[in-house]
Amino acid sequence: MKKLWLVFVLLCLSLAPGPACAVQPGEILADPALEQRARELSVELRCLVCQNQSIDDSNAPLARDLRLVVRERLVAGDTNDQVMRYVVDRYGEFILLRPPLRMGTLLLWITPLVVLGAGLAWILVAWRRRSRITVETGAAPLTEAERMALEKIIEGR
Amino acid sequence: MIVETGHYALVLAFALCLVQMVVPLWGSLTGDRTLMAVAAPVSLMQFALVALSFAALTYAYLVSDFSVLNVIENSHSQKPLIYKISGVWGNHEGSMLLWVLTLSLFGALVALRAKRMPEDLAATALSIQSWVLGAFLLFILLTSNPFARVGAPPMEGRDLNPLLQDPGLAIHPPLLYLGYVGLSITFSFAAAALIHGRIDAQWARWVRPWTLIAWMFLTIGISMGSYWAYYTLGWGGFWFWDPVENASLMPWLAATALLHSALVMEKRDALKIWTILLAILAFSLSLLGAFLVRSGVLTSVHSFANDPDRGVFILAILVFFIGGSLSLFAFRVQSLKQGGIFAPISREGALVFNNLLLTTSCATVLVGTLYPLALEAATGAKISVGPPFFNLTFVPLFVPLFLAIPIGQLLAWKRGDILGAVQRLTFAVGMAVVAGLILAFARGEPVLSVLFAGLAVYVIVGAFIETWGRVIAGGYSPVLMWRRAIGLPLSQWGSAIAHAGAGVTLFGLAATGWGVERIVGMKPGDNVNLGPYIVTLEDVERRKGPNYVETAAHMTIREGGVVVGKLDPSRKFYAHRSMTTTDAGLRTIELGQVHIVIPEQNSDGSLDVRLYWKPYVTLIWIGSIIMFLGGGFSLADRRLRVGYARRPREPKVQTAPAPAE
Repeated sequence: MKKLWLVFVLLCLSLAPGPACAVQPGEILADPALEQRARELSVELRCLVCQNQSIDDSNAPLARDLRLVVRERLVAGDTNDQVMRYVVDRYGEFILLRPPLRMGTLLLWITPLVVLGAGLAWILVAWRRRSRITVETGAAPLTEAERMALEKIIEGR
Repeated sequence: MIVETGHYALVLAFALCLVQMVVPLWGSLTGDRTLMAVAAPVSLMQFALVALSFAALTYAYLVSDFSVLNVIENSHSQKPLIYKISGVWGNHEGSMLLWVLTLSLFGALVALRAKRMPEDLAATALSIQSWVLGAFLLFILLTSNPFARVGAPPMEGRDLNPLLQDPGLAIHPPLLYLGYVGLSITFSFAAAALIHGRIDAQWARWVRPWTLIAWMFLTIGISMGSYWAYYTLGWGGFWFWDPVENASLMPWLAATALLHSALVMEKRDALKIWTILLAILAFSLSLLGAFLVRSGVLTSVHSFANDPDRGVFILAILVFFIGGSLSLFAFRVQSLKQGGIFAPISREGALVFNNLLLTTSCATVLVGTLYPLALEAATGAKISVGPPFFNLTFVPLFVPLFLAIPIGQLLAWKRGDILGAVQRLTFAVGMAVVAGLILAFARGEPVLSVLFAGLAVYVIVGAFIETWGRVIAGGYSPVLMWRRAIGLPLSQWGSAIAHAGAGVTLFGLAATGWGVERIVGMKPGDNVNLGPYIVTLEDVERRKGPNYVETAAHMTIREGGVVVGKLDPSRKFYAHRSMTTTDAGLRTIELGQVHIVIPEQNSDGSLDVRLYWKPYVTLIWIGSIIMFLGGGFSLADRRLRVGYARRPREPKVQTAPAPAE
């Protein structure tokens, strides 16, 4: 909770020989459209030595290597999907910051829907039960004591 | 001696906790007023002792007492004064001390106000608070003693981690802790209400101000942390969906939901079961955050808590308090009867909708954060859940929430008129469309930025429709309008301001899409185009600071040939830790910022430079400050009203007419 934001950077700094922040000028592709695609893909790929940073953000040498690999594949004419497959084949699905939908990740992806659905169902049931109670009992008539109290208040005005 | 006194004070505070855990609780259960009267003074004493202990550690830092292990590891005699002080909580042990200091502070604050609530509720809540405090004091005393001495003191300390030598460390953790730990009071009150089975609108009235305080500080604490990351981390990001950040976001989402559901409970005596549950969950998420960050479960992201004993200890605390409070809840839930009845389209209904979406997003963050751990434990498969996942799941939940905010504010309690509300929002929608068109014309792509900015304008304008309607109710005479404006309850202004603040933050987030980024190699004299500006690298200078060596680049920003600002981004090398940090150069121009980092100096003398132009980016944090102020307005109002609740002569007087038990 403390060092909140900095912890994962510390790790990177301790692994990397010196901070060379993320994308370096030398890496940038001449074709802006390809470079744009390279950046979009980099954001989806995890830097494997520094947790929870994409290779787009990371300073680590490995992240740099991966950025170069992505750019190489793009220059070679791969589609985005082909690049991703190429990287996943070599480094495993761990590298994907957005986990693919599988049996194992099904629960992760449907969590928002399940919670939303369960919440809605709960609200509906609670509301229907409540309105049924109201219908059955109706508005309860005032008791004698309540009527007296009410009259007293009205007279008091 | 002073250091030992601090340690001793901590032990004494723990001893007082043992008393407080039993005596007032027993008194409240047996109706013994003498025993209950123990609670308030003991809470004040606990605070005094923990504060003394904290002061002792601070003293050790101030005089650079290098016979104390904690000071050796985190300080240096040459360090500037402010970092000697903030260095106290810049490490595991010291930050735990800050945590218990905040816990005891809230206990003391409740003790000071205890006369305004039923004595059994106050006594029980203070007793529960001492259970929490005691657990964490024991944790410090057994596993994380900040006062440990070393046999052979070194001449010099190892210095504080350079990344933490920043005003951010002085501001962010104390604010955040006030938020996290503030939720403990709500928790203690929830547990006390469950123990006594007295859960009614009156309870919500006592508890809401505390929730509001916690929420305010959580909001500003998270936001300040985000700004700190933004200007130190060097790549212009401000939120990374890191588990550690998620650990702070989850309690915030729960606290926001709680704030709104407690409102329903206070005004309408409804949603009682849910509000109590949320109060428990909000603090549970705080504890979970503490566990995740300090246990080493997320070893990969965390740098200090590598002692597994600590993890097990916090896990035990976590299980005890969450398990205990949920059991108590399960035991009492049958006896709880819901109060006020309302139609689905009503203020209450809107707040239920708010709670549904906030809870869902909170659950999404929780599952997203823990899923990789769980999956690896269950199947051995390693997956990553990163920003792309959270953005994809979080945004669709927040869009309907923002759409609903202004509508909810205009719905009446019990039964609302949604068509009427929408009609009254015509002006807000019109403003949003106009703003969207202007922005689309002036800034263009991406479309999402235009849409979200429009949504933000709708929320900001919509937030004030209700108050504006009341201000002009007597006509447009300025005197009358002013009188009506100051005559409105402060809480109404607070709510309008806080919601507008959320809209302002949304606008800042939307505008990130219009940012410009350039990554280039530069030599002195070089120019770079950056959005509407031209940036020139004038020269590079090497300077010596108190405990670092700095390479600074002098840069000038021009717009149409006119100088609009100068920037000195730098890299600092800290010899004591052989570590380098980058200090971004930041220049605020209107509401946007030019953000320049120099990540590297190449051997040929050129600098690698990353430049960003981020229009409206400051609104992200300004919005959170507005939310904080809105909370403050509301709190100012509440204080007056809560003051009306008098201590009942007999402990069991039923204050609310509703069938609460």
